[in-house]
Amino acid sequence: MHMADALLSPAVGGAMCAVSAGTIAYCSRKVRQELDDKKVPLMGVLGAFLFAAQMINFTIPATGSSGHIGGGMLLTILLGPYAAFLTIASVLVVQSLFFADGGLLALGCNIFNMGFFPAFLAYPFIYKKMVGNNPNQTRLTLAIMVSAIVCLQLGPFGVVLETVLSGVSSLPFSTFVLLMQPIHLAIGAVEGLVTVAVVTFVFKARPEILQGALEAGPTGSRPVRTVVVAFLVAALFIGGIVSLFASKNPDGLEWAIAKVTGKEELEASKQGLHGVLADLQQKTAFLPDYSFRKQPEPKKSETVPVQKDEAGKVGTSAAGLVGTMIVLALAFLSGLVLKKRK
Amino acid sequence: MDSINKAVLDLKRLDLLANNDSSIHRLDARAKVLVTCVFIICIVSYGRYELAALFPFFIFPAVIIALADLPPLFIARKIALLCPFVLVVGMFNPVFDREVLLHLGSFAVSGGWVSFASIVVRSILTVGAAFILVGVTGFTAVCQALERLGMPQVFAVQLLFLYRYIFVLTEEAGRASRARELRACGKKGLGIRSFSSLIGHLLLRTWQRAERIHMAMLARGFTGAFHAHRQSHFGKSELMFVLGWSTLFIFLRLQNASQLLGKLVTGLFP
Repeated sequence: MHMADALLSPAVGGAMCAVSAGTIAYCSRKVRQELDDKKVPLMGVLGAFLFAAQMINFTIPATGSSGHIGGGMLLTILLGPYAAFLTIASVLVVQSLFFADGGLLALGCNIFNMGFFPAFLAYPFIYKKMVGNNPNQTRLTLAIMVSAIVCLQLGPFGVVLETVLSGVSSLPFSTFVLLMQPIHLAIGAVEGLVTVAVVTFVFKARPEILQGALEAGPTGSRPVRTVVVAFLVAALFIGGIVSLFASKNPDGLEWAIAKVTGKEELEASKQGLHGVLADLQQKTAFLPDYSFRKQPEPKKSETVPVQKDEAGKVGTSAAGLVGTMIVLALAFLSGLVLKKRK
Repeated sequence: MDSINKAVLDLKRLDLLANNDSSIHRLDARAKVLVTCVFIICIVSYGRYELAALFPFFIFPAVIIALADLPPLFIARKIALLCPFVLVVGMFNPVFDREVLLHLGSFAVSGGWVSFASIVVRSILTVGAAFILVGVTGFTAVCQALERLGMPQVFAVQLLFLYRYIFVLTEEAGRASRARELRACGKKGLGIRSFSSLIGHLLLRTWQRAERIHMAMLARGFTGAFHAHRQSHFGKSELMFVLGWSTLFIFLRLQNASQLLGKLVTGLFP
């Protein structure tokens, strides 16, 4: 359920990057304030552990297929919210750079979806409340199951919202939600089971680790609550602004250009090469603004009336194809030539 | 069974690419991070139905791969493992968006297929840009660049730490997982019970390792920062690199180069 660059609009991706960067900055300050420099190597090595653990598969009971642990909740339980958020974020950075998991712009979304919910919602409001101060097996099991399921409902819901707001995919919101949430209910239950099993193992072998984590975290949930509220407000604010611009302007870059130059589009001199090219583009573009635009198509049963410009349209789409082929060939040729020259 | 080892080998290979020495490798990492960001933003800023205009952007990966002497097939193979989530979501576009958008001869192509193709091309370009960034810069240098661009130091240290131990721990996990699979004789014994005690042991060993590392670091006078081994600065060539590529990307974003060229050629040979 990694979000990907290809499905994102710059506005949504940028806003989520800003939110995640803000949370990282906040958590960094918190970890530094705690001045527990023992945590520094612990965070690093546990991040690597999570990375490694995600590679090991187990068979999912009653299905025969296999899965792996997500580990967000596990890390939060062991490290507390701030350190865990940083650790999860760092694992996602490595995954986005070394595996095709999402992309760089989608990193903001992914960090938020997979780090924020376990660290700042499930941990303070569900896990800590249910476990209390002296953990026992039943409480741990219940608390972890509920937290894992909640996290794996909210995370995918974030993916759905980000995808629908970006508008690259045509999936309608309701269909997407109906697809994602039930699947992740099952995934959340499995994740809960595995996390319970691992935490139980640690609890039996070295109970002081869990106890220490419970005591080390922020005692009252007030600071965490203020963080949550602050981010919700920020998200709504950013979302509002973004959607305002998104509705009025087809895309961010054109809007930015209009803002910078005070004109709708860059105005170029009518003479010279640029003028010729612009003139050419005016004539050839499928439509001056976008290369394709939907036309209100008649219903299937009706016959399509032959339009006057049908022939012209075929011509331009052929031009587009030919141009694309040539551009692609040129790109790879330039690579080859540069390589040969070396 | 060997999927973990394969993944680790892939990771190492990508990591080692950054040790090459080329004009691109020698550039300051900040320049490369900035150019990659501009590239990605230009690509994702296109509308849903844009396809032809995306292709000119292949010039960037092609030129960098050539100049930096990266193995093109290796990069292509890594990109080919496109994020399955993108493909699954993208596949719904042709289902929901059936309005005919353009005619190719007698074929009618629906908007859904155009936008699906657009998603795939975007995916190739953005994922490829990330791989190329690591291949020409290296993870450590990317982290240091991000730190110098304003990332908090605690997070930079965390990233570097994580990266150092990924190789150690994935190998350990790979060995443990192989041992478990060999003992499982096929299907049984690979369930959650054996998994949790395996992961639990790995976790406890990791914890003890962290404590040992911490003591060793204290003994060597760790103050909370790693020191870079190659100091670079943002000079003239970096400025040229950033300005040159950014100008090209923005030009391509504003002008549909495929369309222009295609019209030119089809106009010349009617």
